[in-house]
Amino acid sequence: MEYKQIGKNFTPPDMVAKVTGAAKYAEDFRPEGLLRAKLLLSPFPHARVRNIDMSAAMKIKGVVAIITANDVPQFPPPQDPILYKEAMFRGAPIAAVAAESEEIAAAAIEAIKVDFEQLKHVMDPLDSLYPGGQNAFTGGNVANVRLPLQTIRWTAKDFAGFDQGKMPMGKPAEEWSFGDLDAGFKKAKVIVERPFLTAGNSHHSMEPRTNMAYWQNGKCYLHGSMQSQAFPLPGIARQIGVKPSQVVFIAEYCGGGFGSKGSGYSEVVISAHLSKKAGGRPVQVRVSREEEYYIGKGRAGFQGWAKIGFAENGRVTAADVYCVQDNGPNRGFWDFRNCGHAVQVILQPETMRFRGMAVLTNTPPRGPQRGPGENQAAMALEPYLDEAAAKLNIDRVAIRKVNAMDNNGKDGHKNDKPITSAYMKEALDKGAKMFNWEAKKKLSGKRVGNKLHGIGVGQAFHGAGSAGFDGLIRITPDGKLHVHQGVGNLGTYSYAATARAASEVLGVPWENVVVIRGRTDRHLPWMIGQFGSNTAYTATRSNYVAAMDAKAKLQEIAASVHGGKAADYDLKDGKIVSKDGSKSMSFGDAAKKAVEMGGKFSGKELPKNINPMTRAAATAVAGTGLMGVAKDTLKKRGMVPGLCAGFCHVEVDAETGSVAIKEYVGVTDCGTILHPLGLQSQMHGGAMMGFGMALSERIVYDHALGLPANVSFNQAKPPTYLELPEKFEWAAAEMPDRDNPVGVKGMGEPVQGAAASALISAIEDALGGHHFAKTPIVTDMIVNALAKQKQSYRPLQANTM
Amino acid sequence: MMIKDVIPGFELFRPKTVDEAVKLLGAHKKDAWKLAGGNDSLSWMKDRVKRPKQVIDLSGVAGLAGIKETADGIEIGAMTTLTDIENNAAVKKSYRLLADAAGHVASPQIRNTGTLGGNINQDARCWYYRSGLPCYRAGGTTCFADTPEGQNREHAIFDAARCVAVTPSDVAPVLVALDAVMVVKGPGGERTVKAEDYFIGPKTDITRMTQVKPEELLVAVRIPKTFAGANFYFEKVADRKSWDFALVNVASAIKVDGGKVSDARIVVGGVACTPRRAVAAEGAIKGSVINADAAKLAGQSTSRGARPLNYNHFKVPLMANLVTRAVRDAKA
Repeated sequence: MEYKQIGKNFTPPDMVAKVTGAAKYAEDFRPEGLLRAKLLLSPFPHARVRNIDMSAAMKIKGVVAIITANDVPQFPPPQDPILYKEAMFRGAPIAAVAAESEEIAAAAIEAIKVDFEQLKHVMDPLDSLYPGGQNAFTGGNVANVRLPLQTIRWTAKDFAGFDQGKMPMGKPAEEWSFGDLDAGFKKAKVIVERPFLTAGNSHHSMEPRTNMAYWQNGKCYLHGSMQSQAFPLPGIARQIGVKPSQVVFIAEYCGGGFGSKGSGYSEVVISAHLSKKAGGRPVQVRVSREEEYYIGKGRAGFQGWAKIGFAENGRVTAADVYCVQDNGPNRGFWDFRNCGHAVQVILQPETMRFRGMAVLTNTPPRGPQRGPGENQAAMALEPYLDEAAAKLNIDRVAIRKVNAMDNNGKDGHKNDKPITSAYMKEALDKGAKMFNWEAKKKLSGKRVGNKLHGIGVGQAFHGAGSAGFDGLIRITPDGKLHVHQGVGNLGTYSYAATARAASEVLGVPWENVVVIRGRTDRHLPWMIGQFGSNTAYTATRSNYVAAMDAKAKLQEIAASVHGGKAADYDLKDGKIVSKDGSKSMSFGDAAKKAVEMGGKFSGKELPKNINPMTRAAATAVAGTGLMGVAKDTLKKRGMVPGLCAGFCHVEVDAETGSVAIKEYVGVTDCGTILHPLGLQSQMHGGAMMGFGMALSERIVYDHALGLPANVSFNQAKPPTYLELPEKFEWAAAEMPDRDNPVGVKGMGEPVQGAAASALISAIEDALGGHHFAKTPIVTDMIVNALAKQKQSYRPLQANTM
Repeated sequence: MMIKDVIPGFELFRPKTVDEAVKLLGAHKKDAWKLAGGNDSLSWMKDRVKRPKQVIDLSGVAGLAGIKETADGIEIGAMTTLTDIENNAAVKKSYRLLADAAGHVASPQIRNTGTLGGNINQDARCWYYRSGLPCYRAGGTTCFADTPEGQNREHAIFDAARCVAVTPSDVAPVLVALDAVMVVKGPGGERTVKAEDYFIGPKTDITRMTQVKPEELLVAVRIPKTFAGANFYFEKVADRKSWDFALVNVASAIKVDGGKVSDARIVVGGVACTPRRAVAAEGAIKGSVINADAAKLAGQSTSRGARPLNYNHFKVPLMANLVTRAVRDAKA
């Protein structure tokens, strides 16, 4: 289909502010009378607060307010506390002080006397599951979203062989299966079975989660760093202890969240509580880089095991997967479930069993990080395909293609649910061609001078679209189209790109489009958060249905003014024109008419099925023009698979273990391309993040002390500009999704997992098919493998070097 | 209670001359903090782990920055930035090894502000020590890194003595390889120390990494002509190509006369508390022709005496391979 705006580059409205530095992030707002706040952090990995003596701190001149857990709403565990009574990780915020300056606040923190009762800590999920093991939280050791806090211990028998590297697999918290697994394995020609370990890693968002709040006339105005806009509001209000209508949440720009700022995270409301106690004076909680490593969330690590059976042609006949998730101390995110889901989508096994659980540890709180679970699964399980391909003597791309999901793909725990569209084969074919796989694979494991060449392929998946949210647009008498966007501004420009679904439908040129966003008092419709690779899919749908609603109203107005039926009119070149071309009306005139006519035309009457937040927003702007407002009830037959294939060529230095990425090609199955430049930055940025996850980033603790080693950019080692591949290319399968009105799917998350797994595949290929079964693959692991000496770490040990 | 932010207050001095600076150091001794480029200093202070009472800012001291050619080589002021060293024509002409190493320190931003003195005098990077734990080096009674659970991948494989921290500098091994002389001024006047002796291990003094006493100041580094224009090799192996400390680095300066090695220095960083001369390797190649076998022998000779900790035995083959390369691939 020929589009005028979809698939074309454009300048997003906030671009200039970003590149000139004019853009104001949460930390840049400093109203008159601003108080500065600092956090008191737990020095212990696990301790109960017996008493807090603030008397000396309160006497310091310039100290205005101190809050502790007693001043903020309490939520049942495992939900993340705002301030902790039982500190479950080093760096847990216990109290916060607002003062006339940061220096005073810092001095006050040091003057507060906290009486801690130190408790035993546990840094490794398997240690907690061991008979007699320690709970990271006094209430239990297993919990997650929709997994109630409970205690699970395995038996000594479950741990038999553990010291020799065998994955213990006691009672799981969750289990599902389909098909006859035993029969599937009997059918297999080759079975690959072994444990795997993936390290957790920090989000290290460039913008720390600094927040600033003040109260005015009973309303709390909160500036926070957030990926999403409308979606976090109810959660933020609940954590402040007021109604959503009493909060104005301002988040125009977000300097990176990667999942850690998708919904109303607990720390964002600390300034609101301090401000309340300070009589409404503005308070800024500036979060430092080191604090960001404590409270800024991290990806969950996995300890797991998989047994996968392959038929002679490489088809997966059976997959049996066990995944223990290191959940940190709180609610975390359902990475372990996504691990099972990713195996099912990527391998489309004939039979499958998944078992898993999330175990609490006294490590930093975890949250979703780009492809949470699916990308760990990609790193852990793509090597099984390489191993099977070698044993079956078939090509590594071919074994992926024979299992690749297509439009007949199946989803769901019973393997019976349809999907909207999947073109993994096409992505693999396109990538193999661009990468010149057939020619390059001759380099496999070849040594040239000191360099070992490796060629790798990887794939990843993430669900990439939702439905059922609302669109709200207005055409004003000046002829402009206002798109009210409830999505956030994570940094992908999708808030602007998805607005173009509306302008495309209505034929309004982009320069006449105003995107309204950034503050909840700008009357924004209800919309899912900007996470889970869903915005491109979900928000194009909601803006599309709002535009279709407006289109119908424009046609009706033209018919009412110029006679005939609505169906006699079309939209053309920014006008409503009769099909015979004899009559036309401008959008501006139609908007004026809509205001006169009132009712549904101007938003005075609203559809019954829209969300209360949308209703409130629409009501506030009713009568200002022609309103298009609708809930997305378009067909969506099932899950939306966002898929990506990656191809990588590395040189591994045979003497130093250093890895240089010579080439990377990523091909995304993202449906119709929505915004080429935005897509390119996702393909590049996502891949770089994948390289870091595969090669250098990890959470490391001294288990005896409960002390984290990597609490700075320098220590946590995200990749730098010099880690860029020498040749860095991308493409899209460019096959429209069947259930999105403009053919678009999301793509942001799997591009990381595909890059990470392709890099791992390439490194292991360079080393002659040596499978590390542990990520990241850091320099010392490669040096040890090259020197044929044993690795330093103990098998399956989490959160160590 | 724990707060890891906001630099605590201190008294700031901004001397204009070396004499003024030395006088201030003499007056305040251990309470004074020498501030050069600020990269190491400010992270200590922002973490509130080190809390100097007085800070002596050296950025305004006349004559501490700059590179000049002398009768016997070059002299580099201690406040010369790493970027200036990396780009200096005289350095590049005769001591490319030093330019190479300076160019591998941290990141361009840090090299623009980081100084020669700051780089070679920076404190141990042991993450336990930096966390503010009361370890031996911090005046306490234990080492947290060398325990059954200690995460000591980056730590020493040689010469541990209570402390297992390593020299973190990329430039220091080069100064030892080039047989540099360090010019130190104190209340008692000026003294010179050979680079090889300048860096000290925990056996000598566990609270310092160099011979410079609290009341003294490194003012310049003199590089003699001994190895000017020799065959050089520098390499740093780290987890990232930028903004990372060496897991192991190596510097070699090899003079060849009539096809045979007449003099050689090979120095390894990241394996001990001080830059470590690979003396056996130097001896192995002296008087011989450089070929693959000689290089391999040099590499193999380095590991004797290595005592790896739980997580760092990879440094043994890595060091051997780097020394092999430092012999095999050294170029004029």
